[in-house]
Amino acid sequence: MAGSDTPRQDDIPVDASATGDQPAGAADVPAVNSVSGDEGVGSAGPDRAVDPTAQDARTPAVTVRGTAAPSIRDVRLKIRRFLPEQDAEPHWETYTVPTEQGDRLLDAIHWVKWNIDGSLTFRRSCAHGVCGSDAMRVNGVNRLACKVLTKDLGDEVLLEPIKGLPVLKDLVVDMEPFFEAYRSVKPFLLPSPHEPTKERLQSAKDRERFDDTTKCILCAACTTSCPVYWSDDAYFGPAAIVNAHRFIFDSRDEGGEERLEILNTKEGVWRCRTTFNCTDACPRGIEVTKAIQEVKRALIFRRF
Amino acid sequence: MPKAPAGTLYRGHVGMWSWVAHRVTGVLVFFFLFAHVMDTALVRVSPDTYDKIVDTYKNPVVNLLEVGLVAAVLFHALNGLRIIAIDFWRKGTRYQRQMLYAEVTLFVILMVPAAFFMLRHTFLTLFGTA
Repeated sequence: MAGSDTPRQDDIPVDASATGDQPAGAADVPAVNSVSGDEGVGSAGPDRAVDPTAQDARTPAVTVRGTAAPSIRDVRLKIRRFLPEQDAEPHWETYTVPTEQGDRLLDAIHWVKWNIDGSLTFRRSCAHGVCGSDAMRVNGVNRLACKVLTKDLGDEVLLEPIKGLPVLKDLVVDMEPFFEAYRSVKPFLLPSPHEPTKERLQSAKDRERFDDTTKCILCAACTTSCPVYWSDDAYFGPAAIVNAHRFIFDSRDEGGEERLEILNTKEGVWRCRTTFNCTDACPRGIEVTKAIQEVKRALIFRRF
Repeated sequence: MPKAPAGTLYRGHVGMWSWVAHRVTGVLVFFFLFAHVMDTALVRVSPDTYDKIVDTYKNPVVNLLEVGLVAAVLFHALNGLRIIAIDFWRKGTRYQRQMLYAEVTLFVILMVPAAFFMLRHTFLTLFGTA
């Protein structure tokens, strides 16, 4: 993987070329109107606003069973777009999307791509908050598009690529600097060199010690929310430190000292200014700043 | 090839803004100290010039700047204590917001009388009859 300039296989950008097979139903929705801010019932997806029983790929079965029409709300997605082939600068574009109560932000973005503009480019893979592909800046803060419901957002939603990494296209950024920092903390178990004669047992208490940092999905929401990382891309960033923490405090691991030395540099943990943006941004609820502070304290007191 | 987009301001929570305020007040205090060391050093060069310079400080604008200086030092000091707690207290990261709210409350409680007493003389000189 090192030095490779191709995107990771597991988060291939959802690109225009990748959507040859549209889901059934998307094709019979006319690619409507509703670019840039015009409102009203007419611009809402006609398939849903007019006929609640019409079933397309996105209408959940429950709305068909119900007698009342599902309440459709128009949300204006203002997306920071950048197509490197034609744009010199990124620009804003607004799309009006009809949404239902249970819709996730990712559904709304899909709706734009499938019904309005197929060139809209973003990453997503599992769409259930596990793969960590669709981190983006939603109304100014980093979120996973698949973990935010449109009902919790206003009528206008600002969408931007995550900050501090080079933008390749629309909402897709080059993740390589992020993964480079991740790899440099040796995020894997470094056992004792002696061949074990029995299973490496760990008590529940020892496992608990680093439980929080095992939850990381490498979405980069924390690292790209960090003001220090924006201005200094040599900084390891919160995600790399979180993943170092996961092994430093693992009782089965012998590489703690080694990792602490990697992080005991000008661009290591000491760059952290405890702004808590990372903790607020983490979609897995990891207390990122707490983990970084624990690494700092381990360095000061050499106790872990 | 790729470039960093301008985009909007990151809307971080209070933790981020306390950091911004800490930076801004720190730089302000630094600039004050720079000027202060310069004018105080003058007393060794020429006491008369020193007196003249200090006389130019006796006006309402500088009085307001003094209040600003106290505010900057006070915030920087209180927030510095909060950062020390975050660094060394095990539960510091979990209570950072509460500590910030306590800090801002304390800041207001201390700043109101400080500003009152510091500005009273200027106020009386400008508008007062006493």
